Amino acid sequence: MDFSRTHFELFGLPPTYALDRDRLDAAYRELQNAVHPDRFAAQPEAEQRVAMQWATRVNEAYQTLKHPVNRGVYLLKLQGVDALDAHDTKMAPDFLMQQMAWREAIDEARAGKRVEALDALTDELRTAHRRIEARLAELIDLARDYEGAREAVRQLRFMDKLIAEVGEVYEELEA
Amino acid sequence: MALLQIAEPGMSAAPHQHRLAVGIDLGTTNSLVATVRSGLAVVLDDEAGHSLLPSVVRYHPDGRVDVGYAAQAAQNCDPHNTIVSVKRFMGRGITDIEDIAGLPYHFVDAPGMVQLKTVAGVKSPVEISAEILKALRRRAEAALGGELVGAVITVPAYFDDAQRQATKDAAQLAGLNVLRLLNEPTAAAIAYGLDNASEGVYAVYDLGGGTFDISILKLSKGVFEVLATNGDSALGGDDFDQRVFCWMLEQGRFAPLSASDARLLLTKARDAKEALTEHTEVRVTAVLSTGEMMDATLTQDEFNRMTAGLVSKTLAPTRKALRDAGLAVDEIQGVVMVGGSTRMPCIRQAVADFFRQTPLTNLDPDKVVALGAAIQADVLAGNRAGDDWLLLDVIPLSLGLETMGGLTEKIIPRNTTIPTARAQDFTTFKDGQTAMSIHVLQGERELAADCRSLARFELRGIPPMVAGAARIRVTFQVDADGLLSVSAREQSSGVEASVQVKPSYGLGDEEIMRMLKDAYTHAKDDMYARALNEQIVDAQGLIAATRAALAEDGELLNADETAAIEAAIAALEKLIASPDVEPNHHLAIKRGIEALNAATTEFAQRRMDRNVRRAMAGQKLETFG
Repeated sequence: MDFSRTHFELFGLPPTYALDRDRLDAAYRELQNAVHPDRFAAQPEAEQRVAMQWATRVNEAYQTLKHPVNRGVYLLKLQGVDALDAHDTKMAPDFLMQQMAWREAIDEARAGKRVEALDALTDELRTAHRRIEARLAELIDLARDYEGAREAVRQLRFMDKLIAEVGEVYEELEA
Repeated sequence: MALLQIAEPGMSAAPHQHRLAVGIDLGTTNSLVATVRSGLAVVLDDEAGHSLLPSVVRYHPDGRVDVGYAAQAAQNCDPHNTIVSVKRFMGRGITDIEDIAGLPYHFVDAPGMVQLKTVAGVKSPVEISAEILKALRRRAEAALGGELVGAVITVPAYFDDAQRQATKDAAQLAGLNVLRLLNEPTAAAIAYGLDNASEGVYAVYDLGGGTFDISILKLSKGVFEVLATNGDSALGGDDFDQRVFCWMLEQGRFAPLSASDARLLLTKARDAKEALTEHTEVRVTAVLSTGEMMDATLTQDEFNRMTAGLVSKTLAPTRKALRDAGLAVDEIQGVVMVGGSTRMPCIRQAVADFFRQTPLTNLDPDKVVALGAAIQADVLAGNRAGDDWLLLDVIPLSLGLETMGGLTEKIIPRNTTIPTARAQDFTTFKDGQTAMSIHVLQGERELAADCRSLARFELRGIPPMVAGAARIRVTFQVDADGLLSVSAREQSSGVEASVQVKPSYGLGDEEIMRMLKDAYTHAKDDMYARALNEQIVDAQGLIAATRAALAEDGELLNADETAAIEAAIAALEKLIASPDVEPNHHLAIKRGIEALNAATTEFAQRRMDRNVRRAMAGQKLETFG
């Protein structure tokens, strides 16, 4: 199997953070149609095994490109930048302040058992998430500012964690 | 002996080459078998015209086994040896079974999976399920007039690895070639989606006799993509029966019940529940063997009140699945109802209220899973153009490892599309540590003790190094059946260990072989002849497929490579043709098959590379053209 191709090359897409989701989905469907194990269930074992390896590879590539954080990490890795370096904890102070405010809002919604507050918070977090994604596209695709992009990727991860925490509070309140 | 016929992927076999394949819904309460006949999915009935086979197995002292209605009729008079709802015990340990005190069976605590003591000996849930599958296989072979090439067996989407492996083992024990384990809601979606040519996002709400699944699927351009799945593998119609049963105990104020009286009341409870689907109240009467009696009226309102907790227990996983899919209720285009328990008015009302729309019930909720499985079996057997549609399913529960302090480290998160693989590096904790114990877990909880333990194995022979210096890469691979295998490799030395995740909750190959032997001493079948026959059929199929591939893509190989494959074919042909003198001739053929498979691996890869290039070439034309 040819692992030298990048995930972008595999799907015939330009290596940019800005993503044409329809094209990615269409290419993914086309590729899975060609390699999925269900296409080879009646074939010899060697072909079934190769099909599983290929389908696994296509799924991994798709998940990586589809996911905003993973796509950023992957693009930076292609540039030789490790976005998830554990020693690097630099973060803009105003972003940290905003994080704390959101955390407090989550705690308040939990304590007050206010599901509407969670709904509003979810909207706000998703909007902020999209804003960082847009900035990442500028930093990587246009400015080629990979150091700046690294911080933005980490911010996105923070946002994902917050959104997951909100999900946990929903579960708690619904139980 | 019939030759196996194999079509190229994407090409349908000629009609006379139709390969017999079935879909089997192995249910908690009832099981079914279906097939595709003249392009139409149909459920196969027994001689008496029943399409459902009650999932009930009765063992007699002489080893005879009844399955289905005959067994069901005996459940009150012979409760210890008549096993109902065995699906609840698949892949489960004794501590996993909730209402164990209320069940009339003699459980035996066995490592991994609970076993049941009957007059015919101790039976594992895998063996008991295999009896049900055998009955369905016989029904299908009688109806279709030939041996089956393979079967698609459905499992609840929320089944974990142990339950899936147990199901696959049962099928193997029943002599079925498993083409695929298919998630029940996904099977139902095929039956519905293809019927209605739908596009959009659908929810499948599947409440069976003992399991609950909710799946959110996106249907788009022939692709069924499961976005999220959730559920409860121990919640179903049986629990509603149990609530009515408790109500009957209160009404009758009985002395402690004998096993057969308990079974009698449970049967009455189910009848009452079913009656309430059509009527607003039902009179419930019973006379026990002790002479005690009860006579009371149960109204639908009262029933709804006592089961409200169960209904809301299905809505929590439904919310989780929606959240995992990142969708709001109003983004769901339709809700498909599956499973006999969705006939209950309280369920239909709760689902309609939750999704703010009338759920779809136009296909028989008891049959829709088997029909979908049959359609998929037809595709997998190579009977129809394969590029009609594609299923992309997910794993229901996160997979991970136990790390220091008894914590769970997730390697593959739930709702990841399969097949999938993920690797993670770990290191040693102590200086000079030469072995590492790897504990594979499934579940969402942070503490390893709260997750299901799937397997434990050890990587030994790590070269002694200071703590933290070794790099141990653990790789999880989940195949298209949703089954996991795990391997571990120390990077610097190349020391390797791997497991098919079977030992702690599934059955070892040896145990399966023992059961196969047990099974065939009762049947007239000669096990060896059967094994030999299977190997010869496999070998012939492989040779035919390899020849077809050489004819089509021979130019992908150079002369030496072609010669090596030809040699492996010739060797295998010689083995098939040689008289059966050795006692283990089937093993020799098996080795020949393995050799030919090994010889064609590189060829298979090149063929696949070419498939991929073709697919992408088509894509670019479509995109830019």
